[in-house]
Amino acid sequence: MAQTSTAEKTQYQGQMHLLQKEIMGRYFERLTRAAEQGDGKSVYMLISGNPVELVHAFDMIPVYPEINALQLAVKKVALPFIQKAEEIGYSMDNCAYVKADMGLFLGDRKTPFATIPLPSLILCNYVGCNVYLQWFEHLAENCEGEIYNLDVPFLRDPSGVPSEKDVEYVVRQLEEVIEVCERLTGKKLDWAKFRRIVALSGETGELWSKIKALTKNIPSPYDAYFDSVTMMAPLYCLRGTEDGLRFFETALAEMEEKVRMGTGPLPEERFRFVIEGPPPWPYLKTFRDMFSKWGAVAVASTYSTVGGLWEFGFKHDPNRPLESIAQHMLQWNVTNRNFLQRYEQIKRYVNEWSANALVIHSVKSCRLFSAGQGDMREYFTKDLDIPTLLIESDIEDPRYFSEAQLKNRIDAFFESLEHKKLVRGGKA
Amino acid sequence: MTNLEQVISRYREPLETYPLELMVEWKKNHPSKKLIGCYPVYTPVELIHAGGMVPVGVIGGGNRLEIAHADSRFQSFVCSIVKSTLELGMVGRLDFLDGIVFHSICDPARNLGSVFKRNFPRLMVEYIHFPQNMTSRHTVDYLASEYRRLMASYEEVAGRSITDDDVRQSLRLYNQQRKLLRELYAIRAETPQNLSTVESYVLTRIGTLLPPEEHVSILEASLAEIRQRDEKPKDRIRVVLEGSFCEQPPLELIEGLEAAGCYILDDDFLVGWRFFTKDVPEEGDPMRNLAESYLNRSVFSGVKHDSREPKSKHLIDRFKETGAAAVMILAAKFCEPALFDYALYKGALEKAGIPHLYLEFEEKMWIFDKARSEVETFVESMLFD
Repeated sequence: MAQTSTAEKTQYQGQMHLLQKEIMGRYFERLTRAAEQGDGKSVYMLISGNPVELVHAFDMIPVYPEINALQLAVKKVALPFIQKAEEIGYSMDNCAYVKADMGLFLGDRKTPFATIPLPSLILCNYVGCNVYLQWFEHLAENCEGEIYNLDVPFLRDPSGVPSEKDVEYVVRQLEEVIEVCERLTGKKLDWAKFRRIVALSGETGELWSKIKALTKNIPSPYDAYFDSVTMMAPLYCLRGTEDGLRFFETALAEMEEKVRMGTGPLPEERFRFVIEGPPPWPYLKTFRDMFSKWGAVAVASTYSTVGGLWEFGFKHDPNRPLESIAQHMLQWNVTNRNFLQRYEQIKRYVNEWSANALVIHSVKSCRLFSAGQGDMREYFTKDLDIPTLLIESDIEDPRYFSEAQLKNRIDAFFESLEHKKLVRGGKA
Repeated sequence: MTNLEQVISRYREPLETYPLELMVEWKKNHPSKKLIGCYPVYTPVELIHAGGMVPVGVIGGGNRLEIAHADSRFQSFVCSIVKSTLELGMVGRLDFLDGIVFHSICDPARNLGSVFKRNFPRLMVEYIHFPQNMTSRHTVDYLASEYRRLMASYEEVAGRSITDDDVRQSLRLYNQQRKLLRELYAIRAETPQNLSTVESYVLTRIGTLLPPEEHVSILEASLAEIRQRDEKPKDRIRVVLEGSFCEQPPLELIEGLEAAGCYILDDDFLVGWRFFTKDVPEEGDPMRNLAESYLNRSVFSGVKHDSREPKSKHLIDRFKETGAAAVMILAAKFCEPALFDYALYKGALEKAGIPHLYLEFEEKMWIFDKARSEVETFVESMLFD
């Protein structure tokens, strides 16, 4: 299916996009070579807080079922896979990421972007999301790959900080993962190489956090939701590699240039909003245009912190490689933080990134994100008096995207914001 | 009326209306006692009891509770029990509690814990992280340390320190209670004509709403009577039921399933309250014993992901051990763990040639004709096949 073209041009023309295509293309080619020519051993992992640095140190190939599902949705080919999964017993009410990926996995694993290799290791980094456990349990039941559930304790303490026991437990498990990888690859971990990779991750994360701070500028140089997406793929698939680092150096330079020029993603920035929740991948462009027409730019998003939260000071430390990977998995990603910590994160974004409003995009598939967002709305509107819009669709399943309804809700919201702006402007 | 009939008639009505009122009444006569709510599935209740407090099963709102506030906080695609539990809090029906414990069972329950913390600051809200790595050398130590962490919260509510000896004593009591519950289930598996699922359900559920000492004596008296029963089996198919480990179906639905022509030999109702297949060891470090039992002596469930053995194998084993003729999946609507499990079960059951029926329920449902006729059709297809 071809994407519909719309009046609002909201994309970048810079180097960053081309480079992203090039390096992600190489990553997907590597997956295809592994699948079709048996070149390399694959490790399946989840995006939220993972030890990809270890996987790279063993020259194994990180494969992310979430990326498979996401790409299928973006390419508008997810639905047949979802339906195939439903035919064999998955429910309408199960996460469609899982269904799309299982539909793909149980077939020939061929997609428009890559052929997905079978896993040597199914490394379930259980970071917050309980569906992860089920997803990887189902993958393991349907192939020969070995499974290891890397159990990451949820941040349940009011302090929002993991205990020493939590960190130690994750480190001990990472040591067990090293044993598994050594057995599967027949080679010992090269600690010097591993430390170099962790250092690369540290530098990459730092660049990313600098890029994120740039959206505090008015106008914001890019959209922290729709454009962050371009940067998230290299961050997750290529963190800890030279390719990944180079991409973020280019991206930072390009964004700093935009700040100097005073340009943003839209001709005029009229509203600055924070957005919570994953995007509707099957209709990303359509959804974006609903905000663009109002001159509304996302200046911060929780979704861009799914795989890591770097903007509040975290950096991988090559001198404490396992401990810092454990910290990343436990504390420095939105997924493993409790729901109230997310409220705090959003509050910080609203204040420090000077936003006028909060938009909550509730997706049925991902209850980790969505369950209880009505309470979140209550908190932001009643307790903090921040205009908040709650809208619903899905991250993966195109059947849950009701364009007219979303458009009406978004239009009504920005109309009322505009009205408020006028009234305030009149008083001032 | 026999003793057992009295027990059933005493408790059935409150269980079908507002189960927690039983505990509210109890509290009136024991005003100084502290009560800690336990959200499903499994809570290590010993740790609460050891502090002189009473663990209370907060297991949904049943089908008489009107959801008037909670549905603006949790979306339409979230299961009933999450919303009914919040509603109970919002309309003041949990005011008698001093604290409540949630666990890492699913994403909505986890967020519910946070929503409770924000909306009910008076309550102690705890959250237990149950490990999902069943193969690590470090899991038992970790879970034991999680239990020790929890004790600090409990001690604060109890207003006193809780010793290992206190926990050992509670362990002994709950071992006794679980042993009696295992006997109850063994009777149903062997001679289902002598004990209906509704009777066994009521006898189990009241254990979540009474101090364990009282529950144990009710169970002992009831079992003595049940052992004397000698009914003739009816012409029904024998099934094992799976999928109702968290939210609970209305009693009327359970009754309807049996009346439609089944003997339910085994089920996973309230499974967290009868979680261990053997006694938890009573000597030695009680936290370690509880933690080690979680790993190695507990029943399988949709919220515990044990990579040592496929879940469907557990279900099929249970089917074989009980000598059932079919499997019934009774999953709570929107319950992701149960719905995901079904995708595994379906394939495995079909491969093993085991007939099964899939049904969904909601605790708030009050029309049962459809479910009943589906079961009747299934039973007929089995009996006349």
